[in-house]
Amino acid sequence: MTGGPAAPPGPVVNGETTKRRGRGWLLLVPGMLYLAAFFLFPTIQLFFTSLYDPNGSFEQGYAMTWQFANYVDAVRDTWNLFVRSFVFAGIATAACLLLGYPLAYAIAFKAGRWKHVLLVLVIAPFFTSFLLRTLSWRTILSDQGPVTSFLQTIAILPDDGRLLATPVAVIAGLTYNFMPFMTLPIYASLDKVDHRLVEAAGDLYASPFTGFRKVTLPLSLPGVVAGTLLTFIPASGDYINAELLGTPKQYMVGNRIQSAFLTERNYPLAASLSLILMAVVVLMVIVYVRRAGTEDLL
Amino acid sequence: MADAARDLRLEGVSKHFGDFVAVDDLTLTVPQGSFFALLGPSGCGKTTTLRMVAGLEEPTSGRVLIGDEDVTRLRPYKRPVNTVFQSYALFPHLTIFENVAFGLRRRGVKDCKQKTLDMIDLVELAPYVSRKPAQLSGGQQQRVALARALINEPGVLLLDEPLGALDLKLRRQMQIELKRIQTEIDVTFVHVTHDQEEAMTMADTIAVMNHGVIEQMGAPDDLYENPETTFVANFLGQSNLIIADVIDSGGTEVVVDCHGQKVRVVAARSHAGGAKAWLGVRPEKIFATAAGDEEAAGSNLLTGGRVTDVSFVGVSTQYLVAMPWGQELMVFEQNTGRRPLFRNGDEVDLWWAPAHAFLLDADQDARAGVVTPEDDR
Repeated sequence: MTGGPAAPPGPVVNGETTKRRGRGWLLLVPGMLYLAAFFLFPTIQLFFTSLYDPNGSFEQGYAMTWQFANYVDAVRDTWNLFVRSFVFAGIATAACLLLGYPLAYAIAFKAGRWKHVLLVLVIAPFFTSFLLRTLSWRTILSDQGPVTSFLQTIAILPDDGRLLATPVAVIAGLTYNFMPFMTLPIYASLDKVDHRLVEAAGDLYASPFTGFRKVTLPLSLPGVVAGTLLTFIPASGDYINAELLGTPKQYMVGNRIQSAFLTERNYPLAASLSLILMAVVVLMVIVYVRRAGTEDLL
Repeated sequence: MADAARDLRLEGVSKHFGDFVAVDDLTLTVPQGSFFALLGPSGCGKTTTLRMVAGLEEPTSGRVLIGDEDVTRLRPYKRPVNTVFQSYALFPHLTIFENVAFGLRRRGVKDCKQKTLDMIDLVELAPYVSRKPAQLSGGQQQRVALARALINEPGVLLLDEPLGALDLKLRRQMQIELKRIQTEIDVTFVHVTHDQEEAMTMADTIAVMNHGVIEQMGAPDDLYENPETTFVANFLGQSNLIIADVIDSGGTEVVVDCHGQKVRVVAARSHAGGAKAWLGVRPEKIFATAAGDEEAAGSNLLTGGRVTDVSFVGVSTQYLVAMPWGQELMVFEQNTGRRPLFRNGDEVDLWWAPAHAFLLDADQDARAGVVTPEDDR
């Protein structure tokens, strides 16, 4: 969270301190090289691609025409997909928080010797592939499936109502798939909260609920911020859930990027959509983290 | 706070953790405004007792009363009790001001800001109001913990090893400081510690606890001078315990036979019933003289000692003296310069006033409560 401790202010004899610090930087090299090769370079490549002449094609090659109009076109044609992506991702993140926080709290404070078993259960879904799990949700939410018929029986859904192919299904899928990313960081934060602080709050006239609100919750905030970021960011770029559990009417911006890249092969459009998504998410994250007062996360 | 006497009373309080009895049928009264210390080794039940008063543990049986109010089943946040925790338990995300104001805010007290600033002034931390606890030294954090508890004007202030984390010099300062604040604000302090010196320095009354029961309770000097059990004799300071046969326990003085030499003990200091007893003498109460020198009239005398170890510690010298029956006795002597120090192998006689010894029941373990270097920090 916070940066590592500063190098000790050792005596500067023959530049020894400088030398030691120099060796410390070496540890960064492998990671930096990896990021440069597989993140920085592709992103720059993507940026140039987004400015190619859209009249070119994958087969005949693209001409670089610094076509900034690609961005205008992308926003004009797909702004509603952006809005939908952020709304879906936002609702899914909120749902993950509402379900994940109590779960993390229970694991951290109430589970006793079952703590580790429960933690394994939280990450157990990862043992199966993301695609398979989402596909099985199709079965669970299908029109003849148990959930739909149960909701119809208790009249929450009308008799011809469905879950599959609705926003509810897409958001439910997002919530399910990203839940561990919310639960685990919150758990990690809560687990570090010294129980004696909660006792101290009780000793100072705070009821258990006030103690939670004034002590436990603020101290777990770094976990909440990390969890919401780890949920919201991938959820807003996700396309699998919308594709498998929704219809084109529920498509998110990820679906558009995917089809532009893989079906239409309109690389400039796909690239500019990707970069807009990235830029907007980064902007939202900065504003969010600033407001949450946990800058040390960035 | 109410005017009526707000004595803290424990009536037959027990606490069991499964089969383990942490506190066993404890009854005691702490008068309002006194500085009371619960002293004992770790695991003796003193912290559990404190936590039951704070409401952090529920007694298995018995009652806890403050004044006439039964608080046994009251949740901690409803008790007129505040605690200074061993680890301080300051809220790391709040400033010093917010830490100290915490209790007032929870109770919706008016004029919270001024009261908080005044309290921070009292513990001399005014320049640090807007710092976070992690930015303060151990001693400063300790004072924040104290201020955070005291600002609520509790009926009883509980202190759980409050000075344990401080270094020796700071601990001495804080002992004086705590005593000063306690006298100034007239709040009942219940202080839990394993440090006998700390307890004796500050407390009006000390209860020595062992295995969940109070071994003995009284003023520090009473406990020290007239211990009733071997545990108290050893845990509070150091004692020489010599096995002796009781010859005559009828008069104002009890006469015992100590490996063939007759010794007298004031009857009020005899806590032994049987035919045998532990004769106890504090090392600093014993005087050593060269063998055959005339001893002070009316004193008890043990002859035939031989010095086996001499430790010179500046203000005093600590001798080990081997007695004819094989036991080594400790003798602490002030370095008054009256005569040269003894050396290893010197033959000495030991003597002391009858009023300075005590008799303890011989059924007890003579080593009970002996503080080994590993126990003490």
